[in-house]
Amino acid sequence: MSMWRRFSHWLMRGRTAVIGLPYLWLVLFFLVPFLVLAQISVAEMGTVRPNNLTSIKDGVLTLSLKFSNYVFLASDALYYKTYLASLKYAFWTTVFCLLIGYPFAYFMARAKPSLQPALLMLVMLPFWTSFLLRVYAWKGLLTTDGWVANLIIGVGLDKLLLWADLITAPGKLMNTPFSLVLGMVYTYLPFMILPLYGNLSKMDLRLLEAAQDLGASPWVAFWKITVPLSKAGIIAGSMLVFIPCVGEYVIPELLGGPETLMTGSVVWSEFFSNNDWPLASSLAVTMILLIIVPLAIFNKYQAEAQEKRK
Amino acid sequence: MPPAAAAQPAYLKIEGLTKDFDGYKAVNNVSLDIAKGEIFALLGSSGCGKSTLLRMLAGFETPSAGRIVLDGKDMANLPPYERPVNMMFQSYALFPHLTVEENIAFGLNRDGMAKAKVAERVEAMLKLVQLGKFSKRKPHQLSGGQQQRVALARSLAKQPQMLLLDEPLGALDKKLREETQIELVNIIEQVGVTCVMVTHDQEEAMTMASRIAVMSEGRFLQVGAPADIYETPATRFVADFIGNVNLMDGTLDVDAEGHCEIGCADVKQYIGHGITGTEGMTVSVAIRPEKIKLQRAAPEDTKFNAVKGKVREMSYFGSFTVFHLTLASGAMLKVSQANTDRHPGDRLTWGDEAWASWDPWAQVVLTQ
Repeated sequence: MSMWRRFSHWLMRGRTAVIGLPYLWLVLFFLVPFLVLAQISVAEMGTVRPNNLTSIKDGVLTLSLKFSNYVFLASDALYYKTYLASLKYAFWTTVFCLLIGYPFAYFMARAKPSLQPALLMLVMLPFWTSFLLRVYAWKGLLTTDGWVANLIIGVGLDKLLLWADLITAPGKLMNTPFSLVLGMVYTYLPFMILPLYGNLSKMDLRLLEAAQDLGASPWVAFWKITVPLSKAGIIAGSMLVFIPCVGEYVIPELLGGPETLMTGSVVWSEFFSNNDWPLASSLAVTMILLIIVPLAIFNKYQAEAQEKRK
Repeated sequence: MPPAAAAQPAYLKIEGLTKDFDGYKAVNNVSLDIAKGEIFALLGSSGCGKSTLLRMLAGFETPSAGRIVLDGKDMANLPPYERPVNMMFQSYALFPHLTVEENIAFGLNRDGMAKAKVAERVEAMLKLVQLGKFSKRKPHQLSGGQQQRVALARSLAKQPQMLLLDEPLGALDKKLREETQIELVNIIEQVGVTCVMVTHDQEEAMTMASRIAVMSEGRFLQVGAPADIYETPATRFVADFIGNVNLMDGTLDVDAEGHCEIGCADVKQYIGHGITGTEGMTVSVAIRPEKIKLQRAAPEDTKFNAVKGKVREMSYFGSFTVFHLTLASGAMLKVSQANTDRHPGDRLTWGDEAWASWDPWAQVVLTQ
């Protein structure tokens, strides 16, 4: 009785509810589906749906776990190649977001305080239009005779892209690694800028004065003080860009081409074209684990660093 | 008033220095000579322009007019990172991502000094501020006093020609501040660096500096040794700003060769020296509370420099007690008495009447 009362008391506390609700949400809509997926990934495919893992025959309970999908994933070049491709495009997207986003966030954080809310508003403005529409719009801009395509070709930039192996033929920009990365950079740039801005705007500017006082030119002070102190912002922004990019499905589907096959698309086609649920599931599980494990290690490292600071 | 000339030839020469912020003159035509090895304090309340002046010396603000000459070299157009001047910042501005030794080495590395020499110099600095065993710590792992010493070591590491201190002890609590004042002066004198400090704390300025400039509204009101400024304030503002003071307005009744007499509301003042003024003019008389004697019995001569009052407030400070006397006119007179006797038989208390008296050299006559 008292245990039940204690439990109900605990349940009714505001803190429990505030923390509990999002967790409940994640358990219901992430953890449970993930476990279902994990279960399917080791199941045998029946004619319509995957078979149960357990069966009872002649009074014998049989548990059959089929790991051949995972073996197949490792042996068929298609899968690890698409996974590597996903990592590659996500990596370059992150790099470009950082190269564009850092100066942007920097000057935003150093702009007149009265101007900053307006600049912040501009960064978030694209969110007011559906992401799908905005990616679709790039199709029109990059396709043959689209004005952005004409501009790029007009100034001869397509030669450079061809040289960098980002497009396959001069004058053709759509459905290439170029259009894919462009679309992803465009979409995810705000996720890089916002944490960087938050970090850079909190920086103590007297530290830069101290660096200059000790003989550092503004450029040296930037590299020795500003950049190391914004490390947390760089990492947060990079995570926010890199992780969703690895599993991105819509943008490669709309802007990518045959040579930019990414994991998301493969999972989709295994599920819905080939109807091979176990294989698709094992692919998805692998992808999640490959992202979660380094992330967990990173988090642990961060927490330890935080702990040391106290 | 013109700045008091430094005893030695000027090492730092400031001439007609002005900083104009959109029509507001934060520093207004200030000139000053500072000798080599001197510890000079800029003292004033917030907004008086002392920090702007210091920032111009460091190079963070460009003067609107005037010159800053250090050791014969005009610095006005040099950026901060090319000046042979280092600053210890208010609340230190230590680099949070670098260890103590990396903080101290930062300036040395910017000069491209060889690694071994940097290490040697860092070690010498750590020894100077007695922080050897903290070399690998980050600033946030240090106490306030230790951070202050790291900041000092960092600003002295490059052997600057001039050290600037911005409220050097402002972030420390009172007890630690008193200890650190002496330690800081010892280190600065040991190194022998010329030093300009900014503070709003008169006690800090008086104990640390060899000379003080009292600043208000962008100008120097008085420049001099701590004792000069305390005992011979030039204006009512300075007298009132530095320490405690009783200010009485009066008229100059007699101005003779060896003395003068000033009639104030409650008391006739006899001053043992003449002043430059005309009889009948309005002047102020300043008397420090500790220069006044307090007793129950009337002094022998009550014609001059003696006044009866009633004890209205008493503040006990341990080593001394401050009495607030109400005089006949309703004016208040502050008198401080050293508590030299542990158990005085006849202690003055609230409501008692007592005579306050002082000798003819106790007062300062102020005409502005």
